[in-house]
Amino acid sequence: MTGLTPPNGLAPPNGLAPLTGRARPDRVPHTLAEWQALGGYGAVARALRMTPREVVDMVAEAHLNGRGGAGFPAAHKWRFMPEPGTTPGDGPSYLIVNGDEMEPGAFKDRLLLEALPHQVIEGATIAAYGTHASEVIVLIRDAYRGGIAAMQRAIAEAEAAGLLGQNILGSGFSLRMRVHPSAGRYIVGEETALIEALEGKRAVPRKRPPFPAQVGLWGRPTTVNNVETISLVPHILEHGAQWFRALSRTEEGGTKLYGVSGRVNRPQLIEAPMGTTARELIDRCGGVSGNGVLRCFQPGGGASGFLEPGDLDVPLDFGHTARAGSMFGTGTLIVLDQTACPVGVTARHMRFYARESCGWCTPCRDGLPWAARILDALEEGTATRSDLDVLAMTAAEAGPRGRSFCDLMGGAMGPLASLLARFGDLVAAHLDGGCPIRRGML
Amino acid sequence: MTLPADLATRIRAAVDHDGSPQAAMLEALRLIQHAEGWVSDERLAEAAEVLGVGVAELENLATFYSLIFRRPVGETVILLCDGAPCWLNGGDAVRDALFARLGIGFGQTTADGRYTVINMACVGGCDRAPAAVVGRDRRLVGPLSPDGLAALLEGGL
Ligand SMILES: Cc1cc2nc3c(=O)[nH]c(=O)nc-3n(C[C@H](O)[C@H](O)[C@H](O)COP(=O)(O)O)c2cc1C
Ligand code: SF4
Repeated sequence: MTGLTPPNGLAPPNGLAPLTGRARPDRVPHTLAEWQALGGYGAVARALRMTPREVVDMVAEAHLNGRGGAGFPAAHKWRFMPEPGTTPGDGPSYLIVNGDEMEPGAFKDRLLLEALPHQVIEGATIAAYGTHASEVIVLIRDAYRGGIAAMQRAIAEAEAAGLLGQNILGSGFSLRMRVHPSAGRYIVGEETALIEALEGKRAVPRKRPPFPAQVGLWGRPTTVNNVETISLVPHILEHGAQWFRALSRTEEGGTKLYGVSGRVNRPQLIEAPMGTTARELIDRCGGVSGNGVLRCFQPGGGASGFLEPGDLDVPLDFGHTARAGSMFGTGTLIVLDQTACPVGVTARHMRFYARESCGWCTPCRDGLPWAARILDALEEGTATRSDLDVLAMTAAEAGPRGRSFCDLMGGAMGPLASLLARFGDLVAAHLDGGCPIRRGML
Repeated sequence: MTLPADLATRIRAAVDHDGSPQAAMLEALRLIQHAEGWVSDERLAEAAEVLGVGVAELENLATFYSLIFRRPVGETVILLCDGAPCWLNGGDAVRDALFARLGIGFGQTTADGRYTVINMACVGGCDRAPAAVVGRDRRLVGPLSPDGLAALLEGGL
């Protein structure tokens, strides 16, 4: 079992790992009684004594950026939600907790759903209160059966205790919460595609504007937030915005649940201050495995561009990672040593994106399988020089935002563009008989 | 109509729970798959009737999502991760050993009907790479090794 909060120099100030510190070592979810004994639901009681506006202001003050990939400030998104009575027609407003998590390298929401379901409920209740939502849907990928079961059980317990349902804690605020399993496909995680999926349609992204806060699920105001974003909310309410900001080493508040995988000796989840560096995270994982020498890493999951040993001390948050030429995304590090080939890694990512695209736009539907085939051919040694031109053209033409309908295509181009930019010689060396690393030539 | 009564009841309950027949379509497919392992044409048509939606409408959905199986699968479905983190930790060797042992490739079912192997990424077990999720309860297993496969398969996974 991976340690989440061992005593070490990486622990957040005060030795706190607020997000995961209360997880049981065996990762069995807490019962409601256990959770309350740990102080659970105190944050909900506190939030419900405040006005929704005060709650949102506090989250704004905390500098909480969304943990689902784009890093958009949570409070800013919440403020798009209309005040009750200002939207035409009747019906609920929704909060959707996004637990689809399929991005290669990302495995953080799994832990939060499986081991800390009451924390998700607390966060969702507070976020729903702040956004005037009356229904919460927790969307969880079907493969996370443990998370689905844990959330369902925890919701039932909270309902039975009056912590969900009508007039929560006598505050006058009522909230319904339910779990919706998704049946697989990465594009379901895109927020508008997710809304389509919940309406019983194919998960094809919607045009924006209108944004979900105006026209979302069933045409009603809707906010979509990531599981980790939501799980951080109770801690802000419990300890205050300044405390939350002080957890971080950068301007972006809080701790981050970093996932480290690939060529490290002990791949694991690590909760650490926002702005922790790859060097520290890799050290914490027992160092680079393989031949022990780092070649490169992706700092933010499958869609993020490669960074190199010279970037080991970049503070990993949304802003710093973008300035270093990559993307923080889900904050999940994929590590490659010198015996691992970035062409092979990119090939596997590309096959993933090709398979998981919704197929709506031609560049994505046709371009991704094409790029994937060329990368496979490079590995096998059957690619030609003109294939490299096609790859370069694909990255240049299809990569920039706005060239395709949603960010899946642009995301898929992230590793490809940086592969070509940083490892052009290595890519070209594949033309001569396939992967030189695999053949022991490098 | 031969849809087992309990399935029909649960599909109707899903409509109440999810708020509309449309919203419950995916759940209906999942309920059938949970009970029978896969979703046959017959069951799909029966579910459409219970829901009051078109067969094509339900089919449209069923063919979009990768975890709705429209062909029979073995008793145990192995969703083996083919994502980059698993590859970096020896995923190809595990895949090859599994194929050799079972005599099948991705998307195929063993002759005795015990196992189906499907590739999928990412299974969200990158800290346990190479990883897979197995069986109806989608249990996460890993790190897998070629040598450990025998015990895993013989132990019923
Ligand atoms: C192709 C694609 C897949 C996505 N998958 C997920 C996902 O699985 N989970 C998630 O939280 N966000 C995912 N996102 C981002 C969501 O669209 C959305 O920005 C996020 O859920 C908002 O939450 P946050 O503001 O709390 O970060 C995805 C985006 C794209 C373009
Ligand atoms: S970019 Fe790809 S995933 Fe996004 S809408 Fe277009 S086809 Fe679908």
